[in-house]
Amino acid sequence: MDTKALFASLESMARTVDYFELRFVNRFQENVAVRQGVLEPPSRIEDQGCMVTVYAQGGSGYGATADLSHKGLMKAFEAARERALYTQNWTVWPFTADLVSREQGHFHSTVRRAWRTVPLADKVALLEGLNRKLHQGDPRFVDYVAGLQYRRLEMRLLSSLGSDIEQSFDMVTPHMVATVHNQGVTEMRSFGGYGVCRQGGFEILDEVSFANSAERIHEEALELLHAPNCPTGVMDLLLAPDQMILQIHESIGHPLEIDRILGDERNYAGTSFVTPEMFGRYQYGSDLLNVTFDPELEGEFASYAFDDAGTRAKKTYLIKDGVLVAGLGGQLSQRRSGLPGVASARSVSWNRPPIDRMANINIEPGDASFGDMVAGVERGIYMQTNCSWSIDDSRNKFQFGCEYARLIENGRLGPVVRKPNYRGISASFWRNLIRVGDSTTGDVLGTPYCGKGEPNQAIAVGHASPTCLFSQVAVFGGEG
Amino acid sequence: MRDYFFDLAQSWERLLARDEVGLLNFAGESSDFCRLNGAKVRQIGLVIHYRMQLRLVKGRKHTALQLTLCGEADQDRERMRTALTQLRSSLAMLPDDPYLILNQIPQSSETMQANRLPALEEWTDSIRTAAQGLDLVGFFAAGGLYRGFANSLGQRNWFENYSFNFDWSLYHQGDKAVKSQYGGFDWDQQVLAAKMSAAREQLAVLRQPVRRIEPGTYRVYLAPAALHEIMSLLQWRSFGIKNQRTKASPISHLVSGESQLSPEIFLSEDVANGLAPDFDSFGFRKPPQLRLIHEGRHVGALVSARSGAEYGLLPSGSSEDEQPESLALEGGQLQASQVLKELDQGLYINNLWYMNFSDSTSCRMTGMTRFACFWVEQGHIVQPIEVMRFDDSLYRILGEHLVGLTEDTEMIPSHSTYEARSTDSCRLPGALIKEMRLTL
Repeated sequence: MDTKALFASLESMARTVDYFELRFVNRFQENVAVRQGVLEPPSRIEDQGCMVTVYAQGGSGYGATADLSHKGLMKAFEAARERALYTQNWTVWPFTADLVSREQGHFHSTVRRAWRTVPLADKVALLEGLNRKLHQGDPRFVDYVAGLQYRRLEMRLLSSLGSDIEQSFDMVTPHMVATVHNQGVTEMRSFGGYGVCRQGGFEILDEVSFANSAERIHEEALELLHAPNCPTGVMDLLLAPDQMILQIHESIGHPLEIDRILGDERNYAGTSFVTPEMFGRYQYGSDLLNVTFDPELEGEFASYAFDDAGTRAKKTYLIKDGVLVAGLGGQLSQRRSGLPGVASARSVSWNRPPIDRMANINIEPGDASFGDMVAGVERGIYMQTNCSWSIDDSRNKFQFGCEYARLIENGRLGPVVRKPNYRGISASFWRNLIRVGDSTTGDVLGTPYCGKGEPNQAIAVGHASPTCLFSQVAVFGGEG
Repeated sequence: MRDYFFDLAQSWERLLARDEVGLLNFAGESSDFCRLNGAKVRQIGLVIHYRMQLRLVKGRKHTALQLTLCGEADQDRERMRTALTQLRSSLAMLPDDPYLILNQIPQSSETMQANRLPALEEWTDSIRTAAQGLDLVGFFAAGGLYRGFANSLGQRNWFENYSFNFDWSLYHQGDKAVKSQYGGFDWDQQVLAAKMSAAREQLAVLRQPVRRIEPGTYRVYLAPAALHEIMSLLQWRSFGIKNQRTKASPISHLVSGESQLSPEIFLSEDVANGLAPDFDSFGFRKPPQLRLIHEGRHVGALVSARSGAEYGLLPSGSSEDEQPESLALEGGQLQASQVLKELDQGLYINNLWYMNFSDSTSCRMTGMTRFACFWVEQGHIVQPIEVMRFDDSLYRILGEHLVGLTEDTEMIPSHSTYEARSTDSCRLPGALIKEMRLTL
């Protein structure tokens, strides 16, 4: 498909509008999983299409089609123009060409061992081996599965301003979970939920020790099965990176989205406790808290050079020494709100328009070793791997649950407890951040499924975080 | 679109060898989307997307590929021909699947509705007029929805409708808002105006000072939309046979008989009165009604084709994830006009939000109040409340603490548009609860 020629065939239409762009997306996805030693039928998706966006007389509209002929794109263009003209003087902001910058460039994920070069039989053999290690013939393991998801996204953005951006993303998400049951108790232990996900090729599996984790998951699942319930009380809370990613995501990432602050998401994903006047002065967390938007970290799940509105992306502090300094919003949201933002207008595919999203939202490492953090806790708990998340629509009152936890008593890791949960309020929780782990305590993780927007979009985001220690947190367990 | 799908199916089937079986699943939409903020348009567009899943079966081996079709017959036929070559190549590398099961007896069906949707000018003018002077945030979605199944054994199923769904909130300030929904097949400006008027009236109550609720137990009325959030959480992994057999279902204690809900609970997958197609991706038809809970006791489960083979059960036409698509909870004895009087003092909760399990073994769940929720005294709405978190078990909420369900039930079409516009729906009453535990 010659996207440049297709764009050129529409250039005569440029006279009829103020601005237009074509965003082509080509998506390939493959899922392979083995459950209880049986290969689930592999499934693949091949999807390609184009979104045509038009600005005309202050209005804006889009048309999305998989008919990539000149005729098909002309139809999409006309649909977009019709809607732009119909909504002139009825939009949240006048849509003019100066909202968009002219950019040219490219980005491609670094891949050392391409997904397609590994035969399916090798992938299946790996997953079958992991199944055996998860189960080990123990009848208490009532279900177990190991799988791999691979996605490749190719994007080309061409605009009437002369922008020409080409990007491709190779993304791998390995997953593994065991369910154990005995005498009315059921527990699950997984390989980081779906949080272990990175850009790259098959080499990622080695980087994250996928093949070596099944035995640990087996052992920890059995520990949970016979562990007491998590106690209730206010105590110090040490969070592993595979729970920190959720904490960052829900109570920093979402509240900082400028479209929430502008109210766009109030009917669905919600609003934000963050208000415009807080930027530059609000003490979001303790002075140990440093949060960045970092699209440049190689291998992180949502790295890119340009967002889907065609704005060049660069590393930016969102929270510096605990103070809120910038939000998550693309050029349009920055113009509408007058707030500092980043290149984070993103779309999940050709059939959804870009909206303000997280990308890679990270906590910068501190200086504490894991041992130092544990040693400093008199009574506390160390929680790993998110399994439950709930937060109010202003992203303030939250309650999160983890798969696995160990008590900390007098500076030492103690017994395992099950059903660990904690609750708090974003506005005060981050001020109780008392230690930030160094880089040896951290991990580069993310999630393939961040939901938001109308129409809905589930997009990939990255989160890198060290282990962090919080004081005075309300902790509790389950009933059974 | 039906003829287009059937023609493609016929062409593809001709390419199959004698020992091959082909299954095709089609999902298409032509959707107008418009989102608004402050009663003004944030984004508006048209999305046309046709997806075809091709599954090739040979003996006990099978594999699938989903393509996006462009809508031009020659090109789509060629892509499907190429896809068949890919599928054959993949199939050669696969082992037999012990859980493969096909519907061998053709069960063709057809559900077609005429397109009576309003033109772009009509619905945008209606919304623009109705929203004047209001802080309206909302989302309009409308257009054709198409689902098709075909197999080389001669089965043909088709589902086609043209629906709209306008889902919006009127805001007073901060997080104080009234949520409304208007969905259907025939757009009526008068109905929209009436719903907008009702929402305006509730908005007036939101202007009262906000009451802060302390943690504790409260008598509560859950409106159908609030109960829908609870059901949506349960839908996730409660009712499928795979989760039940592997003890991963949050209602495992209900399934085992260790726990039960109120005898007033009658829950079904009610395909006959829902909005979803009545066939699955392997060609199995769904029964008109499948009872899941009867008099508070577990009686049935959703069974996908694959689980049917694994557990030796008859498939119920359920999707592969075994989630209900047309859940229905029967109404009870409580008259709508008596709800406030029966509530007497407590919380009138119109909407819940962001549900999850805090202890799935005990089916204990947590979530937040959202939008218009009120403090009620002596059977009268007094004032809105600050958002509040609850954390309680289903066995208490719809079990020992259930006072009653409303006689009237409400049809709640799904407004989900992840990947595609959903055809799911729920029919639910409201629920009066003696005690519900609020925590933060």
